[in-house]
Amino acid sequence: MKKLINKIPDVITEQMQGMLAAHPEIEISLEPKYIKRASATRKGKVAIISGGGSGHEPMHGGFVGTGMLDAACPGEVFTSPTPDQMYECAKATQNEGGVLFLVKNYTGDIMNFEMAAEMLNAEGIQTQNIIIDDDVAVKDSLYTAGRRGVGTTVILEKIVGAAAEAGYDLNKCADLARKVNSRGRSMGMALTSCIVPAAGKPNFDIDEDEIEIGVGIHGEPGRKRISHTTADEITQMLTTAILEDKDYSRILREWSFSNNGWEEKELTSDAFKSGDQMIALVNGMGSTPISELYTVYRKLHEICSAKKITLARNLVGSYITALDMQGCSVTLVRADDEILKFWDAPVLTPGLRWGV
Amino acid sequence: METIKQAQVINWLEKTAHVIGENKDYLTKLDSDIGDADHGFNMERGFNKVLEKINELAASEDLQAVLKNTGMTLLSSIGGASGPLYGSFFLQAALPLEGKTELTVEDLANSFGKGVDGIKARGRASKGEKTMIDTLEPAIDALLLSVKNKDSIETALSNMLAAAEEGMKFTIDMIATKGRASYLGDRSIGHQDPGATSSFLILKTLKESIIQPNS
Repeated sequence: MKKLINKIPDVITEQMQGMLAAHPEIEISLEPKYIKRASATRKGKVAIISGGGSGHEPMHGGFVGTGMLDAACPGEVFTSPTPDQMYECAKATQNEGGVLFLVKNYTGDIMNFEMAAEMLNAEGIQTQNIIIDDDVAVKDSLYTAGRRGVGTTVILEKIVGAAAEAGYDLNKCADLARKVNSRGRSMGMALTSCIVPAAGKPNFDIDEDEIEIGVGIHGEPGRKRISHTTADEITQMLTTAILEDKDYSRILREWSFSNNGWEEKELTSDAFKSGDQMIALVNGMGSTPISELYTVYRKLHEICSAKKITLARNLVGSYITALDMQGCSVTLVRADDEILKFWDAPVLTPGLRWGV
Repeated sequence: METIKQAQVINWLEKTAHVIGENKDYLTKLDSDIGDADHGFNMERGFNKVLEKINELAASEDLQAVLKNTGMTLLSSIGGASGPLYGSFFLQAALPLEGKTELTVEDLANSFGKGVDGIKARGRASKGEKTMIDTLEPAIDALLLSVKNKDSIETALSNMLAAAEEGMKFTIDMIATKGRASYLGDRSIGHQDPGATSSFLILKTLKESIIQPNS
């Protein structure tokens, strides 16, 4: 294993210290670990907080700052952070407007964030959890842990962060987050595996001439393993899986402030159709050259144009990564005026900045 | 021997940390087959924290406090899915033990029964889904049977462990429907669940901490 690391147990801490040194817009806590924005927030503003296993940088710590996340809790590499981290982070960040946890749909993340939300609500700090589950590679939710949270997370954090900055309250922020999740779909692929530092060897085996279609951001298996092929064919496969995904319904848990407990809510993602306008993300998995991502974007644009689907906004680069994996993912979020307004709003974070 | 003493519970927790450490690579290997290859690392990190606190834990005669402190420690150090699950197990297992400084078989059955209920509630899982519940639930059932039969502690723990081992081995043929292994669908068949295995190791260590070989 060749990596730019010192000691394996120090990987997360040293990365946080580096971010702090480079970016005056953030502050860090090491015991327990979290990253929060340095600038003061308005009293009554909802605290938008996310987190998850490390190894997906710039997500989430790189999206902390004005107009996006108020804070992020990094776990060990590919391992969910813990409830005490989230609890302390929320207490230090909240400013009497409640807390919105944005949680990617992984078993560990769900459970840890639920425990943190229970602790905070028990103390009278209103806390809601909204789940992101947009990976169409997982077809059903009945016999699995459900669709994984992937690329839509980046777009959702930007939009909901801007809405909170603009004065949306906790319920409105939660409604908007739920809406963006219901309008987002992603599909990824891997050319190579990735190496978790503590493991020291590739997370999964893949032959030199094979690719995994539908891979998750921790190297979870996708839909199929095929022989390597052209960028156009790969883009066609990813885009087709997204555009042909039918209406998708699932049960997600949210906090009920009236019952003071969890309630199950059905959420349906309507299938995409011609005439839709999208925010598109072509994302690199960590070791993919930007030039290749633009090759993918070229084909994505061509396919969508032919189907009369407009790519109203786009982001091309590595924003939700899987350590040193080579590969890419495509995300489309069906936009409306509200979504576009908050997408275009100013943002100042280490990983995403415009309009300021 | 009529009850499990506080010192034996402490000894169990201490030994568990060593056993998890010795089996770190084994657990991680099982997890790399059907999960994300971190179960051994995460469990070791969690139980090392328990080990760091062992003197503090030992200073409390109250077993409710011991299990609660263990649960909080695991909850804040394991992470992933195992953190909330094992954290919930110990936190819930502490609930029926108010004022207890030693445990009868019935106390143990009540305590672990609550613990498993905690795991089921937190993970929204039940037996047969290829998880730690497949080890723990048969183990609790065996303990409850021992309560009914008025078995000695030795018999109760032996039966508990036999049931746990059988349950763990049943996971080999199961399809995972919870957690990261569920993405594999049918491909999860043929692999023993890492969580069921770590649960077995914890129970095995309990038995060995209380029943000395050749005693």
